Amino acid sequence: MSGIESIPAWAALPVALLLVIGASIILTGALGLLRLPTFYQRMHGPAITVTLGAGCLLLASMLYFTVAQSRLVIHELIISVFLLLTAPVVAMTVMRAAVYRDLRARKQEAGATAGGVYVIPPEPDDNAPETKP
Amino acid sequence: METLLELAIGYALVCVLVAMAFCAVRLLAGPSAHDRVLALDTLWMSGMLLALVLGIRFGTQVYFEAAILIALVGFVSTIAMAKFLMRGEIIE
Repeated sequence: MSGIESIPAWAALPVALLLVIGASIILTGALGLLRLPTFYQRMHGPAITVTLGAGCLLLASMLYFTVAQSRLVIHELIISVFLLLTAPVVAMTVMRAAVYRDLRARKQEAGATAGGVYVIPPEPDDNAPETKP
Repeated sequence: METLLELAIGYALVCVLVAMAFCAVRLLAGPSAHDRVLALDTLWMSGMLLALVLGIRFGTQVYFEAAILIALVGFVSTIAMAKFLMRGEIIE
């Protein structure tokens, strides 16, 4: 049907540019996930992957298929809208889970603070009789 | 111009694969459970973008459907795992 050969130069240039920029941004996001020291800093790495990187690649895909098939192909917009809707939900849920777990484990060095929202569980009393079986 | 586009596609494939390798390292070596959940979510997203780049490479629309399915399942699985981490159960 359509291949790389059928793409004219004026369309191949922006598609290649968007691919290179998007792939570099994805690599940067994953590098941030790998290299940053604490979890709350590592949260910020994938954010750039799912917004800018995915946006650039979806734009490149839209442009490529629009030119290759000589008609308007914009159903990649479904994925971009879905990603833009779900990325904050995922980030917030994982972050809340991390804050919960850090507060429950009383890991003060992780940097989690109650913020007046959650109650830090009281210090376990060593002299109290064991209630768990 | 085809060679330029092929080079760009090859560069994008290599970059996305290296990003997936980084996510896999964080998934295996993550110190805590929420690190692993975050790495798995990024791995889903990178897999979806890999399917998109492969769709451009081979010029078919089949990979688009794979990408949208990967995005949907990745979102649901990440939410389920985060919910499990927070509460200890998924459906309350």
